[in-house]
Amino acid sequence: MPSEFFVPDPEGQVPDAAGYFGAFGGTFIPEALVAAVDEVAAEYEKAKTDPEFARELGDLLVHYTGRPSALTEVPRFAEHAGGARVFLKREDLNHTGSHKINNVLGQALLTRRMGKTRVIAETGAGQHGVATATACALFGLDCTIYMGEIDTERQALNVARMRMLGAEVVAVKSGSRTLKDAINEAFRDWVANVDHTHYLFGTVAGPHPFPAMVRDFHRVIGVEARRQILERAGRLPDAAVACVGGGSNAIGLFHAFIPDSSVRLIGCEPAGHGIETGEHAATLTAGEPGILHGSRSYVLQDDEGQITEPYSISAGLDYPGIGPEHAYLKDSGRGEYRAVTDDAAMQALRLLSRTEGIIPAIESAHALAGALEVGKELGRDGLIIVNLSGRGDKDMDTAARYFGLYETDASVAADADSETAEIEGDAQ
Amino acid sequence: MSAEVTGGQAQLLADTLAAAKAEDRAALIAYLPAGFPTVDGGIAAIKAVFDGGADVVEVGLPHSDPVLDGPVIQTADDIALRGGVRIADVLRTVREAHAATGRPVLVMTYWNPLDRYGVERFTTELAEAGGAGCILPDLPVQESALWREHAEKQGLATVFVVAPSSKDERLAEITAAGSGFVYAASLMGVTGTRESVGTQAQELVRRTRATTELPVCVGLGVSNPAQAAEVAGFADGVIVGSAFVKRMLDAPDEQTGLEAVRTLAGELAEGVRRRA
Repeated sequence: MPSEFFVPDPEGQVPDAAGYFGAFGGTFIPEALVAAVDEVAAEYEKAKTDPEFARELGDLLVHYTGRPSALTEVPRFAEHAGGARVFLKREDLNHTGSHKINNVLGQALLTRRMGKTRVIAETGAGQHGVATATACALFGLDCTIYMGEIDTERQALNVARMRMLGAEVVAVKSGSRTLKDAINEAFRDWVANVDHTHYLFGTVAGPHPFPAMVRDFHRVIGVEARRQILERAGRLPDAAVACVGGGSNAIGLFHAFIPDSSVRLIGCEPAGHGIETGEHAATLTAGEPGILHGSRSYVLQDDEGQITEPYSISAGLDYPGIGPEHAYLKDSGRGEYRAVTDDAAMQALRLLSRTEGIIPAIESAHALAGALEVGKELGRDGLIIVNLSGRGDKDMDTAARYFGLYETDASVAADADSETAEIEGDAQ
Repeated sequence: MSAEVTGGQAQLLADTLAAAKAEDRAALIAYLPAGFPTVDGGIAAIKAVFDGGADVVEVGLPHSDPVLDGPVIQTADDIALRGGVRIADVLRTVREAHAATGRPVLVMTYWNPLDRYGVERFTTELAEAGGAGCILPDLPVQESALWREHAEKQGLATVFVVAPSSKDERLAEITAAGSGFVYAASLMGVTGTRESVGTQAQELVRRTRATTELPVCVGLGVSNPAQAAEVAGFADGVIVGSAFVKRMLDAPDEQTGLEAVRTLAGELAEGVRRRA
C-alpha cells in the first residue's frame, strides 16, 4: 500500500512547523514531556519518508484491519433523508469495530521504532482502548488504559474486551469521571514513565505532533471514500458527514476532500439534552478558544477558564475539547458544525438498524442524524457520504435501556413498533 | 524590571533569594492553593508558613484539570473550586499575604485560566496586588513570548520549570528566558510527597547552573526536614507543596491545620539551614 494513504501532500498544508493550524494547536505541555513529544515528532518525520514503514503499515491495514473498508449505499435509510443518495463509509467493519485501529497501528509501529516497551492510552467509549489493547497484544507491548469510571460502567463490554486482550484498565475517579479525566490521568502516568512509555493518544487533539499525526493515520478513510464514490456515483459528494468528539474520524473522512471546494464538510457534535440545557458536549457550537490537553482549540469552559463538565449519551463524544484542525476549519468556514441531541442520535441509530440491518455506534449515530437533516436540505439530487465510524455492539446496554428493550412488557414492545411504523410512514 | 516602575515584586524575590545565599543557606519556598480550605483559611495558612520560616510562598490558582498534580493537590483544588474560588480571591490572597508579611508571593497555575482572564489584565492586577511573579508549568518557553512581554512590563518574574529530561541546549534556552529563579523538578512525575529525593535532582541542578546565574530551586517530592537538608546541600532553594497541603487535609479543624503547617515550615526552615 503506497504511502499516499497516510502522508498528505505537503503543498499548502497545515499545521506549520510549530504545530499551528492558524490560531489553533501548538504545544502546551510540561517541560518533563517536551523531550518525549519531540522524539515522537522526529520519529514520525523519519517514518513518513521510510518505505519500510509504509510497507509495514500498508500490510497491516490490508491483512489485519481489512482495508479498504466498504462504501455501502443505504437506500431504505435514505428515504428518510429527503431522498438524497446516502453512502456509508464502513469503518465499523474494520478489525476491532471502529476507525480507531488506523491510528493505533501507525503509532504502535512508531512505539516499536522508538524502542519503547509500554503503551498507555485514554479511552471514552472504549473503542480506542480496545484498538490499543489489540495492537499491544499484536506487538507484545505492555498496555495500560485509562477510562473514566462512568464510562467503564456504560461501556462494560469494551472493558472486558480490553482485559481479555491483556491490558490493564484503570477506572479514573477524578473530576467528571469521563474521557477528559482519563486523559488527565494518562498525562500524569506519562510524565512519570516517559522513558519507556509511549502515550498512544487516540484523537486529533493534544500537543503537536499528535493532531497532524493522528489525522495522517486516519486520512486513509477519506482517500478510499473519495475513490469509491467516484467509481460508484460518478461524482464527488455534496457533503461528507461525520460525528465529532475529539474529531479523529471526522478529520479522517474530511481531509482528502478539503481541496474539493464543492464538498461540504459537516461535523456533528453531541448536543446531549439540548444546547440550551447546558448538558451537552458541543464544543465548537458552544465553546470558546482555550487550552486543554496540550493545544489551543475551542473548549467548554467558564469565564475564568475552568473546564466545564460535558455531557453526552455517547461516551466517545463526551469531551469538552476538540482537535485544533476542526477549530481552524470552523473559523475558516471550510467546515460546518452542527449539534445533534441524544434523542435525534438514538432515533437515527434505530432507523439505520431497522432499515438497513446495520447497528451503528451511538457516536456514529450522531452523524447519521445529521445526514438525515442534510439530506432534506439537499433534496433528491443530493449525494452524501456518512462516516460510520464504529459498530454499535458496545452500546446495546445503553440502547436497550433507552428504548426499553429489556422489558418483556407488551406495551413497551408495542410502543416501539408503533414508533417504527411512524418512521416508515414518514417516508411514504 | 524595576519594582519602582510598577507594583510587581520581582526584585523582592531576587533580594530574598540573594539574602538566603548570603547566609549560606537554601531558601524555603512553600506552596499552598488559594481558596483552600476557604479563601480566608488559605490566607491564614500562608501567613502561618511565613511565620514558621518560609522565605517565599507560591499561591496556587486552582484549576479544574490539574494534570501535573498528584492526588493531594487535586483534592485541595477540588475543595477550593467547589467553594467557589475566583481569580479575584486569588489576587486578594496574594495582596493580603504580601501586605501582612512583606515577603515575596508568587502565583502558580495552569495556562488556561490566565489565557482566558487575559494576560494583560492578569499581569496588571497581580502586580497591583504585590505579586512577585508566576510559575506556569504547562506554558513551555516556546509558547511564552506574550506572557513574558507583559510580565516584564509589570515587574513580575517568570519562573520556568526544568526537568531531568531537559537537554542541555534546551536548559540554556529556558534559563535565558526565565527570571526570578529556575524551578528544577527533582524527578519525572507529578506533585506529591516521596520517600526520597532522587539523584536526578543534583545532576539537573548542576546542568542548569552551567547555563545561568539565576538561583536554582528544587521541588517535587520534598516533604521532610531531612530531605530539605539534603536538597539544600546542592540547590539554592527547596520547594515544598504537597506536604503542607496534606497537613491541612489531615487536620481535624482549621486551627489545628494552621498550627501543623506553621510547625512543618519551622522544621523545614531548620532543614534548609543544615545543608546535609
